[in-house]
Amino acid sequence: MSDTAQDGPMLAADGTTLKQSLARSLRREKMRALLLIAPLLIFIFLSFVVPIVSMLFRSIENSILQDTLPETVVALENWDDQSGELPDEEVYAAFVRDMLVAVDAKTHTRLGTRLNYEETGMSSMFRRSGRQISRLDPVEDAPFKDKLIDIHDGWGDVNTWAVIKTHAVPYTNGYFLNAVDMQRTPEGAQAQPESKQILVKLFGRTLYMSLVITGFCILLGYPIAFLLANLPMRSANLLMILVLLPFWTSLLVRTSAWKVMLQQQGVINDTLVWLGLVDDAARLIIINNQIGTIVAMTHILLPFMILPMYSVMQTIPPTYVRAAKSLGATNWTAFWRVYFPQSIPGIGAGSILVFILAIGYYITPEIVGGTQGVFISNRIAYHISSSLNWGLAAALGTILLGAVLILYWAYDRIVGIDNVKLGG
Amino acid sequence: MTDTAVDEAFVQFDRVQKSYDGEILVVKDLNLSMPKGEFLTMLGPSGSGKTTCLMMLAGFETATHGEILLDGQPINNIPPHKRGIGMVFQNYALFPHMTVAENLAFPLEVRKMGKSERDQKVKRALDMVQMGDFGGRRPAQLSGGQQQRIALARALVFEPELVLMDEPLGALDKQLREHMQFEITRLAHDLGITTVYVTHDQTEALTMSDRVAVFEDGRIQQLAPPDELYEEPANSFVAQFIGENNTLLGEIVEVGTDSCVVKLDSGELIDALPVNVSNVGDRTKVSIRPERVEFNKDRLNPNAHTIKAEVKEFIYMGDIFRFRLSVAGNDDFIVKTRNAPDAVKLTPGETIEIGWLPQDCRALDA
Repeated sequence: MSDTAQDGPMLAADGTTLKQSLARSLRREKMRALLLIAPLLIFIFLSFVVPIVSMLFRSIENSILQDTLPETVVALENWDDQSGELPDEEVYAAFVRDMLVAVDAKTHTRLGTRLNYEETGMSSMFRRSGRQISRLDPVEDAPFKDKLIDIHDGWGDVNTWAVIKTHAVPYTNGYFLNAVDMQRTPEGAQAQPESKQILVKLFGRTLYMSLVITGFCILLGYPIAFLLANLPMRSANLLMILVLLPFWTSLLVRTSAWKVMLQQQGVINDTLVWLGLVDDAARLIIINNQIGTIVAMTHILLPFMILPMYSVMQTIPPTYVRAAKSLGATNWTAFWRVYFPQSIPGIGAGSILVFILAIGYYITPEIVGGTQGVFISNRIAYHISSSLNWGLAAALGTILLGAVLILYWAYDRIVGIDNVKLGG
Repeated sequence: MTDTAVDEAFVQFDRVQKSYDGEILVVKDLNLSMPKGEFLTMLGPSGSGKTTCLMMLAGFETATHGEILLDGQPINNIPPHKRGIGMVFQNYALFPHMTVAENLAFPLEVRKMGKSERDQKVKRALDMVQMGDFGGRRPAQLSGGQQQRIALARALVFEPELVLMDEPLGALDKQLREHMQFEITRLAHDLGITTVYVTHDQTEALTMSDRVAVFEDGRIQQLAPPDELYEEPANSFVAQFIGENNTLLGEIVEVGTDSCVVKLDSGELIDALPVNVSNVGDRTKVSIRPERVEFNKDRLNPNAHTIKAEVKEFIYMGDIFRFRLSVAGNDDFIVKTRNAPDAVKLTPGETIEIGWLPQDCRALDA
């Protein structure tokens, strides 16, 4: 990089390369820009990225067995769970030693709860056994095998030990298997019993209903957005207020209003009966099922479809349609061949928005969905707040996130994300 | 080219009025008739009603009163797509989601024309505007001038008898605009299309048209061929609007059939041609074109009316010299001379004598 080199890098006046010199002069600006957005970045990181990552991590994290029963886990390694025989005394002794520590620290109930996800009854077994094991002495009371079986029949069941051994891994795919109606068994991944299979169906229903809702939003939203973009200013403003009005009303109020409208003694049924269109004895069931969820969610998500559509349509100059007509196109042809293709980016943006919102919707299906109209998110909420199986909830959430990302990717491949415009 | 006497009018506006709000007339009593093959320009400042007239002809606006006839048929109730009128828009309005060829094929497609015939016509239209190789491009990949050509080709591809153009060259730079002006007139005449062209650029109107309709305040102020419009403006608006013009204010003191005497506000008496003044005592604006004023003593016509002038400013413009003079109280009196070897160069401050022929000096309404 000598000064005489003709074809070397460009040099600044002080002899350093132009690139370095430019980078130095820009560095200060970049630092200042970074400092300006730093509070927001930190906030997003702490309140958004960290919780999500930790939640996702819970879907595979499974150190509780090894932490609570360290000796038992080691001892169980020598036992063949396929043999059909109970583990030997060594395992029982190790288990008692582990349990004494665990009962002291009161962690055995948590372990029970964890294992209860896999095998019903484990929770009460650990809770009840814990009390009695704590009275045993790890040295004098040996051997323990028969004593434990006395305390609870479960300790004499090969399956109990098989479950403990199967799940004694620090990172498990068990939650994900559960999330798709399978389970981790000593024989590998297997389908859940028929009676417990619900989640795959729920995933399917969530996707299907979100698509239906998105479709209805397109059908209902397109004409409104078209009117908004093409009416004279004054009428368009009024219409815009009507579109935005729902935003100013609480989501709960709107959803509850649908309950009033749709229930069997509700406004719609009463009106239909009064008009004689529906027999009083055969009132329509349009709530607490899929219809209820679809109707209410279409209404609630409609503005998210209309607004992107509107902002795209607003940018389509009226001269295009005029030009088409002057070239001989009828009103319909001018719309379909010229206007509609140019409004597709708006439909794309609205659809993505509505679909992604719908797929994770919770409150509305919870209130108007009954059992037939609930989404996977309601199941996630159940596992978060009622069953406290956070691992499964995290796995379900991860799958949902993955599904959305895959759909987004597919959408990008098919429609092209450049074709999505939120405005301008 | 144009023979205004030939058969009856191809396009006719008959007492057309237009109001948008029911209070103000944007177009007041418009009467206009165009023979086939004519290139007519509607010229006027913005808001003068020229674009409204074009839109009524195209069918995008309906006349509030009066009748518009196309080839003898009233078209007031015919929707735009059935009128078969080609149109070029100000921003070209090329469909951005279609290629150039698809844009051109569109009017043929909606007319249910077969594919091979369509391709052939599209190709011919593209060749006509020298854009033969651009069929596969999107409008966004073309320059302004190229888009303009495509828009023109698209308006002509379905062979309409009437083509409307709404300030089609407004977005182009000067050189390209001049080139396109020439192209458009050439095409229009070669194809024998009747053309209505709207512009606010008077040079464009003068160079392109067979006849120019000067719009102002919702009325046609003058409808005449370019030379007549420039040399014999019918009123002071047209005189001011078309070309450069020197105005002197005064009062009629004597009026005859082909001459009148005007007493200028500065007290001088001059001879002028009465155009739309009739009574003694009327206020008048006397209009003289800068190039008709002579200030070279050697070339002054013996019949010329002379007057004293003070030189205020010299403006060098390359091919011509411009001088700003003070004449009879008007400080913006412009005269011009060609930059020739023997050109007289005036110096500011100098007092000279200038002169013009009485017939070049037109007494118009005030």
